[in-house]
Amino acid sequence: MPDLAIQTIELGKTYRSHGGEDRAAVNGLTLEVRTGELFALLGPNGAGKSTTVGILTTRVRPTSGTAKITGCDVAADPVAVKQRIGVVTQHNTLDRQLTVMENLEFRGRYAGMTTRQARKRADELLEVFSLTDRAGALVQTLSGGLAQRVLIARAIVHRPDVLFLDEPTSGLDPQTRVNLWDILRSMRTEGQTILLTTHYLEEAENLCDRIGVIDHGKLLTTGTLAELKAAVGDETVLTFTFSGDTEELAGKAQHAEAVTSAEHEGAVLRLHTAEPERALEWTLQTASELRLPLQDVQILRPSLESVFLSLTGREYRE
Amino acid sequence: MTTVAIADEAVVRPRGGKAHAFVTLLARDLRVARRDLVSFSIRSIMQPALFVFVFAYVLPRLGSHGGASPFAASHPGGISFSTILVPGLIATSILVQGLMATTAPLMMELSYTREIEDRVLAPIPTWALSVEKIVAGAIQALLAGLLVFPFVLLIHAKGQAPTLDFSRWWLLVTVLLLASVFTSAFAMLLGMVIDPRKLSTIFAIIVVPMTMLGCVYYPWAQLSSIRWLQYVVLLNPLVYISEALRAALTPEIKYIHVWILLLVLCGGIALTVTIASRAFVRRVVD
Repeated sequence: MPDLAIQTIELGKTYRSHGGEDRAAVNGLTLEVRTGELFALLGPNGAGKSTTVGILTTRVRPTSGTAKITGCDVAADPVAVKQRIGVVTQHNTLDRQLTVMENLEFRGRYAGMTTRQARKRADELLEVFSLTDRAGALVQTLSGGLAQRVLIARAIVHRPDVLFLDEPTSGLDPQTRVNLWDILRSMRTEGQTILLTTHYLEEAENLCDRIGVIDHGKLLTTGTLAELKAAVGDETVLTFTFSGDTEELAGKAQHAEAVTSAEHEGAVLRLHTAEPERALEWTLQTASELRLPLQDVQILRPSLESVFLSLTGREYRE
Repeated sequence: MTTVAIADEAVVRPRGGKAHAFVTLLARDLRVARRDLVSFSIRSIMQPALFVFVFAYVLPRLGSHGGASPFAASHPGGISFSTILVPGLIATSILVQGLMATTAPLMMELSYTREIEDRVLAPIPTWALSVEKIVAGAIQALLAGLLVFPFVLLIHAKGQAPTLDFSRWWLLVTVLLLASVFTSAFAMLLGMVIDPRKLSTIFAIIVVPMTMLGCVYYPWAQLSSIRWLQYVVLLNPLVYISEALRAALTPEIKYIHVWILLLVLCGGIALTVTIASRAFVRRVVD
């Protein structure tokens, strides 16, 4: 298998609108996902995540650029790409006319397995996903969490090179979501290449080897969580609100050992620090010496949220 | 949760051909259809069977007592009404069940359930998926036509038996196959353009006029006494199916020239399959 599971170069999808302005859902997106990685495409709703996954899974035709799955071009050879991918779409697309078992069996057979191979593989997966007792159930009778498990099991019946999950946990209750995370983690351990999209920061932080931050159809940055945090600096931001002017305190803070930089505006003092505990202690002590009563303090530790804030200048909206 | 076993080497990674995927998709559709076999049969048989019961059995019997029935051997050369009905009712069955088998599930998959996204991911070209759906519908339409056969053949009053000629069996087989594919492709096209919420309206505005004006209950040649209608009904695909079945089964009744019929059916298939497949690809690939 090639080293790169997914490669896109300047990928674009523009929707022509009649009368109004054309809308670029994906806009010059260049991305590489290595074989064996669990990669998260993180962005707010409407950022272009689903369109990107749509192109990579041959369901959306790109209007510019190229995209390859394990070396196969999605536009030139969609059939070969379909053979190599497993997809969990945002909606429940289980075959409602078939049972749970048949859903898995037919997916394997579409991809070229014999009936026996497909049934054997389906049996294994039902066991692993704790679905064996539901094998004969019609999929309409399943709860949201169970249906999601069947969707994932079905997506890997034919051992795809790359598994795509488009917002796999949106709309699930917290417990079901955590269960899904366990499934994804164990798949990653076994070397399955996975690209998932999510608008939950914690999901990307908790699960993924690398994260790509996407907004307005553009990839803003990619890297491991540590790399992304390092890029914005591993500094905590402390924001204090006092009941008086903070000019004198800010002046002192500039020279304090634990503080990297300080800004102030009226009663608000903002400190950037690599040692938040020491900086907090220093501030409280100095403010008390200056008889400046504290009203509020906020601590923003380095996180994907601060990464997003520094990349876009906007608060992360889910 | 132990392992997901994706690294299990017991199964060789499949790399099936497109033909394999096509056949499997067809197998899936037929398995679903097989589950519905009882209600499918009832749907197929009920209307035509009752129709021949009333028009080929009840009314002629009433006529033989009252003496004024228009259905008792009223056609030229003593041809019974049931002889006219047999090809027409088989054609209607093929059309109606072709529509039911193709249009309704397609509408569901395209809109409400979006299941089509799953089928589209099977490793065949998207146009081939639409051809597969047409083939699956055609098989069911053909089956409906065959199911109706014994009923329209056997239900009739004494002396009202249909006079059928099976010597041109090769033409009959050809026409049945062409008619099934044509109606299924036509149904696919309808499924693409019609709003699913108006599914029941289809029957009122499409199926009813098509069957009433589809040369089901009268041969096309007899419409010569209403010239304008004779030309208008030529827009109705069912006319060609009914007439082609007449050409195959009841050659003594005057029918549209057989080569014209076959040409229209083949041309109709080429046109509807092409348009339906294109529309399908446009609809499911963004």
